Amino acid sequence: MSTLPSTRIYEGTRIPSPVPTILEVDPEKHRLDDILRVNFGPNHPSTHGVLRLVVDLDGETVAGIRAVIGYLHTGFEKNMEHKTWWKCVTYAPRIDYVSFQANELLFTQAVEKLLELEIPRRAVWARMALAELNRIHSHLVWLGTSALELGAISLFWYCFDDRDQILDLFEMAGGTRMHTRYFQVGGLAEDLPADFTKEARKFCDSMPKSVDEYEAILDRNAIWLERTVGVGLLSADDALALGQSGPMLRSTGVDWDIRRDEPYLAYDEVDFNVPVYGGGDVYDRYRVHMDEMRESVRIVRQCLDRLDAMDGEPWIADDRKVVLPPRHELHTSMESLIHHFKIVTEGFTVPEGEVYVAIESPRGESGCYLVSDGGARPWRVKFRAPSFAALQATATIVQGLLIADLIAAGGSLDPVMGDADR
Amino acid sequence: MTTYADVPGLVETREALGETTLVVDPARLGEACTVLRDDHGFNFLSDIAAADYLGWGEQDVAGYIGTAGGRDIHAPGSQGLARVPDPKPKRFSVSYHLLRVSDDPARVRVQVWLDEAEPVTSVIEIWPAADWFEREAFDMFGIQFEGHANLVRILMPEDWEGHPLRKDYPLGGEPVRFSDED
Repeated sequence: MSTLPSTRIYEGTRIPSPVPTILEVDPEKHRLDDILRVNFGPNHPSTHGVLRLVVDLDGETVAGIRAVIGYLHTGFEKNMEHKTWWKCVTYAPRIDYVSFQANELLFTQAVEKLLELEIPRRAVWARMALAELNRIHSHLVWLGTSALELGAISLFWYCFDDRDQILDLFEMAGGTRMHTRYFQVGGLAEDLPADFTKEARKFCDSMPKSVDEYEAILDRNAIWLERTVGVGLLSADDALALGQSGPMLRSTGVDWDIRRDEPYLAYDEVDFNVPVYGGGDVYDRYRVHMDEMRESVRIVRQCLDRLDAMDGEPWIADDRKVVLPPRHELHTSMESLIHHFKIVTEGFTVPEGEVYVAIESPRGESGCYLVSDGGARPWRVKFRAPSFAALQATATIVQGLLIADLIAAGGSLDPVMGDADR
Repeated sequence: MTTYADVPGLVETREALGETTLVVDPARLGEACTVLRDDHGFNFLSDIAAADYLGWGEQDVAGYIGTAGGRDIHAPGSQGLARVPDPKPKRFSVSYHLLRVSDDPARVRVQVWLDEAEPVTSVIEIWPAADWFEREAFDMFGIQFEGHANLVRILMPEDWEGHPLRKDYPLGGEPVRFSDED
């Protein structure tokens, strides 16, 4: 990691006190008689899901704000305590349904860490390729919806067209377009199909051109620039104090990316840059997202080259206590049949212990805290949701904004409510 | 190898699976966290994760879900618990996952152990990011954080009774009324 540029967008801190997530109306700046309390959401189209914002308005200016979440709380963590480890893998991608593959990766990595299980290199590179495709997918959804909210409707369709090509690739690899459950504890559920790298290369050729086109639409658009530049300011110190991560943190000038600074999978073997901007506004968050899509395409290309070179290698670890035996062996080997039966009915057991694994998901630091008592089900599963942390910054970034800019600023946090509420 | 001997109230240091866990006296958590932030550079609070250990190591709390009334998966020779897990000091643990965002990144887990209704100091003054994480731990486990100015439910409705992630809270915790009861 290079040294942190000291970004000072504003003096001191803007984090409200004593509660960092509630901005109270300041009686010295606003006449309390003039304050109008407006309820945004939870079913407002521009709240990216079921986010509720209670906004105190002085004219059109935001004088106070409080974010209310929990409308999409589905009790994933409680449910997972009642499922066997290998069934829990299906739950993880549904938590953050936009970066599903990243969550699947996170959970399988955490279980593998508890098991101290090495996964074969073909699985490592396939996971990286799919995780990066998922990053592009997530950024496209962010870009399309954020631009849509600010009036750039056409961009939404372009983004979803490219997103569809990524979903086609997921369908090709795992059989389903979203929530693939393609990552399995120990590696992959199946080998990549023969044409996967060929089709993925086609996408890698077209995607950078698409990013150029998106920039051509937005970067010279006066409305887009006026609505994003200097809006939703957050300084580097405030971002760190509020636990911001991912594009949110990198737009404030903090040069931090878990992929590079605490490498997992094989990120230390690929060549990529970490885009960092220092403006701390919505525009710089957009810039980080655009650059990250280009960098992800670079990573995917390198992964595809490696995958071609590893054609025919095993894609799942050879540990019969954890991994299902190959299908064909079930007809000939009694031992394989027993292993298969035991894993499917009782599930495999995971040694006693606790781990916290963090990966760089499209939204920032996604963490998974697992506690095992040595049984076939987790004792405790806790996800550190980047959207949950990002929404804590709402009260800091909206200070003094107009009500219309609240949409731009809120959208730039890139919250996925399934992730925040779990 | 970094040493954390200067952390106030340090009870135990554990190293497992490449992770460092500092078990801290709950009464001195605030001091410990201040030292970790100011002297050790842990400028980023990743997560606060509580856990309930009620029934830890007892039968029917782990292993195959179909044990209720069925065979005992923990019996010798079955693929259940190979051994009874180590006992825990108290019912609840609260783990603070800290990260040092710098040229020399590091992670550490600060852990406190609490009995039911035993309060712990809020770290909101040290890392403002603790606000919602502490509210979540309160909502899900009923952990009381002293000094938090807005310790109310966050994920469950305001009038909800009970703390859903406690082990004595049933999975289907919502009462369902059937039409023939009316």
